[in-house]
Amino acid sequence: MSSLATSAGVTAPPPTDDVLLDVRNLKTHFFTDEGLVRAVDGVSYQIRRGRTIGIVGESGCGKSVTAQSILRIVPRPGRIVEGEILFQRRDAPGGGTPPVVDLTQMDAGGREIRSIRGNEIALIFQEPMSSLSPVHTVGHQMIETIRLHQRVGKAEARERAIDSLRRVGIPRPNEAVDRYTYQLSGGQRQRAVIALALSCRPSLLIADEPTTALDVTTEAQILELMKELQQEYGMAIQIITHNLGVVAEMADDVVVMYLGKEVEQAPVEELFRNPRHPYTRALLRSVPRLGKKTRDRLEAIQGMVPDPFSIPPGCPFNTRCAYYRPGICDDPQYVQVGPDHWARCNRTGELD
Amino acid sequence: MAMTATATNGHATGERADLLVVKDLKKYFPITKGFSRKVIGEVKAVDGVSFTLKEGETLGLVGESGCGKTTTSRLIMRGYVPTGGEIRFNDRRQGWVDIAAISPQEMKPLRRHIQMIFQDPYSSLNPRMTLMQIVGEPLLVNGVAKGDELKERVAHLLSIVGLRPEYMVRYPHAFSGGQRQRIGIARALALNPQLVVCDEPVSALDVSIQAQTLNLLQDLQEEFHLTYLFVAHDLSVVEHICDRVAVMYVGKIVELAETEALYLQPLHPYTEALLSAVPKPDPAYRKRRIVPAGEVADPSNVPPGCAFHPRCRYATDICKIEVPELRELQPGRFVSCHRVEALTLQGVTEE
Repeated sequence: MSSLATSAGVTAPPPTDDVLLDVRNLKTHFFTDEGLVRAVDGVSYQIRRGRTIGIVGESGCGKSVTAQSILRIVPRPGRIVEGEILFQRRDAPGGGTPPVVDLTQMDAGGREIRSIRGNEIALIFQEPMSSLSPVHTVGHQMIETIRLHQRVGKAEARERAIDSLRRVGIPRPNEAVDRYTYQLSGGQRQRAVIALALSCRPSLLIADEPTTALDVTTEAQILELMKELQQEYGMAIQIITHNLGVVAEMADDVVVMYLGKEVEQAPVEELFRNPRHPYTRALLRSVPRLGKKTRDRLEAIQGMVPDPFSIPPGCPFNTRCAYYRPGICDDPQYVQVGPDHWARCNRTGELD
Repeated sequence: MAMTATATNGHATGERADLLVVKDLKKYFPITKGFSRKVIGEVKAVDGVSFTLKEGETLGLVGESGCGKTTTSRLIMRGYVPTGGEIRFNDRRQGWVDIAAISPQEMKPLRRHIQMIFQDPYSSLNPRMTLMQIVGEPLLVNGVAKGDELKERVAHLLSIVGLRPEYMVRYPHAFSGGQRQRIGIARALALNPQLVVCDEPVSALDVSIQAQTLNLLQDLQEEFHLTYLFVAHDLSVVEHICDRVAVMYVGKIVELAETEALYLQPLHPYTEALLSAVPKPDPAYRKRRIVPAGEVADPSNVPPGCAFHPRCRYATDICKIEVPELRELQPGRFVSCHRVEALTLQGVTEE
């Protein structure tokens, strides 16, 4: 899985039918003045149609840069240096089967990626105001997006916008469409962002910490809404989060990232029940659980995430890992430990 | 079960002296309009809050944004002047003082004994000061130590919170979020406070760092006999660290109880909804949740009757008219709900 050789320029054998997005050995590096940061360093995973994949990790693990790479919005001085991102288009330009395209080969500002971005792949951020304009009405922004990607008149676009707002549960959508974003509450803003993201019926929705800035009851409402809309529209969701609760709630499959690499991936139940990488284990043990009743000390992970400029050689987790053995952990292999279950650890068989 | 909790905590319910008694605390902010700043209404941010903090315990203050939990903590710090009510604090030197009634000058000596830990370790530390200056400032300002003694004290404080004393010449930018939070904790502890108000102390930290910081807070409490007022929105963190929990909704406490009882068997529908809304880190938990409809009420336009009634699935006619009193239902269990006797609400259990 991780050892796929990339054939320069040529699209590799197309992924199987139900795979919507196939990330293969993606490397996105940042060439900063202070040095090289390997923000994403060889990540591979697949998103299947209509499914939800959760990308989990702490700050600096590369989970957001992975999303930026897919949409080709990696900020300077970052660059995709290796790998492929194969995406199954929604429509074929001249009829027939929709083509599979490699997003990494596109011009980041070109026509092709722009016809995908916001249209077939939509993105919602943590902070709703960062994706909404404060000086335009909600409707204005939605109509603009709809008309950019679809050949519809102003009146019809407006109808569609109102429809989307109604669908995401904004009260009185006829009036809300003419409101400015500052007139909406935090939860309503995030609903408006979702309406905006879904206005073109994307086949993939990337949600980067979509509920982190929200209150718990609002968070629960938004998560429920995303699930409902997924059922209705059949889109795939990539949800990026640090919150293990959100992952358990939403995801079908999970990828755990640490310092630019995926350290483990598995179906959600398998991952929570039988984690096979020491980092995943430690992470699951370190969170306080509701209803646990004890006030014993938490099993904290020792130390902290290393500085991205000086990632330790060998296994990146070795500075904090209780199972670290010099000589054994120098070159951790991504090994299959179960059906659809992979872990990047040379000692995964020896974890107690 | 209550017994085990008491045993592990060591001090959940034991006979302890009161440290802070808050009575009917109110803070209304005026809403002004136009150039003349005419007052056209008020935001009842805190509207009649009462609770008692005992020495050495941790009281959690939870609720969603706009519920008044942060305003309450600021009032206790006298960051705001209360509109009404009492905040009586048993100062180590002066004895009982009403923080709500004294002048800013009289407040100064009290600040030594009431300290605060902030949410955001990036904005709460001065980037132009070294750790020596940050942690040493309270000691210097209060004339506790200077010169070599100051240096020694700072080194000691840093080692208490798990930072190397050599770091004292560095600036905050050289540290990660978790380390910065430790710096903030060291500063808060410099004057050996009686009460520490922790305002969302771990919510800006990464998951793996949260656990370290919570453990540190617990260790320090034991070692220095600290009393915490723990303001947070994360209910699993609150359950882990608090002896008792007060749930706030739109400026009022709606339920106050010992942590275990509250989580096992909430008595207020809002508490039930909050507990149910938390995403659990276990895929087997994907059950049907009780998600309250609508949004938190606007504190400048509080619904009549029980403020929660428009979102409450159990609301009846009386809830729309009459404001429920906070009643002590069982010893130490307070709840404000008209229907409490008629309801059996769902709590959380491990399975």
